[in-house]
Amino acid sequence: MKLFSRRFIRVWQRNLDVFSTIWHTEAPGFAAEPVIILLAMGLGLGAYVGMVDGQKYIAYIAPGIIASYAMFSATFECTYGTFVRMEYQKTFDAIIATPLSVGDVVAGEIFWGATRAFMTGTTILIIAAAFQLVHSPWALLIPPLSFLEGVMFSSIAVFFTARAPTIYIYNYYYTLFITPMFFFSGVFFPLTSFPEMVQRLSWVAPLTPVTTLTRALFNGEVQPSLLWALGLIVGITALFFPLALRTMRRRLTV
Amino acid sequence: MVIIKTQNLSKKFKDLLAVDSVNLEIGEGECFGLLGPNGAGKTSLIRMITAVSPPTQGDICVMGKDLKTHARQVKAVIGVVPQIDNLDSDLKVLQNLLTFSRYFDIPKDEARRRAMEVLRLFELESKLNSKIGELSGGMKRRLLLARGLINMPKILVLDEPTIGLDPQAKYLVWHKLGELKSEGVTQLLCTQNMEEAAVLCDRVAIMHLGKVLNIETPQNLISKYIGKEVWEIGVNSDEREKTVKELEKRGLDFENVMGGIHIFHVETEEQVSGLSLPIGKLRRRPATLEDVFFRLTGRSLIE
Repeated sequence: MKLFSRRFIRVWQRNLDVFSTIWHTEAPGFAAEPVIILLAMGLGLGAYVGMVDGQKYIAYIAPGIIASYAMFSATFECTYGTFVRMEYQKTFDAIIATPLSVGDVVAGEIFWGATRAFMTGTTILIIAAAFQLVHSPWALLIPPLSFLEGVMFSSIAVFFTARAPTIYIYNYYYTLFITPMFFFSGVFFPLTSFPEMVQRLSWVAPLTPVTTLTRALFNGEVQPSLLWALGLIVGITALFFPLALRTMRRRLTV
Repeated sequence: MVIIKTQNLSKKFKDLLAVDSVNLEIGEGECFGLLGPNGAGKTSLIRMITAVSPPTQGDICVMGKDLKTHARQVKAVIGVVPQIDNLDSDLKVLQNLLTFSRYFDIPKDEARRRAMEVLRLFELESKLNSKIGELSGGMKRRLLLARGLINMPKILVLDEPTIGLDPQAKYLVWHKLGELKSEGVTQLLCTQNMEEAAVLCDRVAIMHLGKVLNIETPQNLISKYIGKEVWEIGVNSDEREKTVKELEKRGLDFENVMGGIHIFHVETEEQVSGLSLPIGKLRRRPATLEDVFFRLTGRSLIE
């Protein structure tokens, strides 16, 4: 059975329309905050840290900031955003009474979340370039990677949202899943600085392959051995995308 | 021609049988009413007919198409006016309609034309750039109705369309629904407003505990279960027993209600004259669908 149809684009368009009227209230989250973190940590902490893996600290964390804020964008959109549309505004109930199916709604939400990740990743990349941190043409592949990363994190988020009994449950999602990844997926420090036990946990976090891959593209150090990271991202997405769809169908079509 | 047909349609939630083997045949151009107390299964039934909720058992055929395999095509020709406000509060009034048109793949210019038309129809033109949150409850309801017409539906499914409306708006809506009917739009109307059902519906089905008890024209239902008039007697508890005995002796069809007794199917005044009652305690009034509703679904609260 087909998971979704081309009509998913209607849901994506709807979300884009809404975003285009409120983007300025979202900008602090996807542009200002990452820049603040980049400068505060990169310059402030960087003054003490010196060089990491042979490069300036700010250049080391820049790709990690891209990867993690792309994750945040997709995750916010498909946790709080999706939950409000689903539960408080009943938007999905209205949509599935038209020729669109639950599959179309879910795909629209996930690809919209991915679009937000793409926008965030691209914005930070441009800012990093303005700070003359970007030197390799491989960096042009970072925006599509952010999109793929967005599909993955949106799928996981929609899967969780489909089972969320209340909006408060996201406290767990952020505290136990998202925030630890921000610190333990190689954004700020190389994984090798952690004890082996923590390292092992880091390797199962979905943000780790994204950070690794984004950093490789950022630095132009691309090698075939990175394919495992890409494979991991694709694999997690292939698992959670249909799961998100199935759980959401169960929730919406009772 | 039959436009909506259900066969043995059932919906089960955990241990609750919300809809129990319902068989309906609704004709093209008909206004079909679905009456029933809260929890009777009306909303569950229409959620299945509008293809948003899969049946536990049974079949639904809309315009000759099996809903299991043709959900998209069927949904394209149905307009749904839900009971719960699910307008898109992130979008303004006109945007709501234009966005909704896009779900039906209606081209942009055509969508704008239709949006203006339905806004005019429900007297909302002046609100087209308002936020949803700024609308009154009545305006939201009218906008839901307007939205339900954006795809020029052949079938309109309405769940409590006039709930919470002031009398002016209610009559406006009734009038518009009447016009749509004369244009051949089939209507499935779910309501608890008996006057509404009597005014609008060609036939009504009375639902109770998931089952359809009766399908008739409103007029036939009234004459079958109530007769032309209801005679109301106000009695206190002392008088009740005596009066009941007397009515039984006369072989009258009656029912005990709070604070009194209702007598039905009174053919001639002699049948009730001479009842030993305090003066002014006997009152006659025309029978309504509400009387039928009470007779078929009882007077106690169901939930």
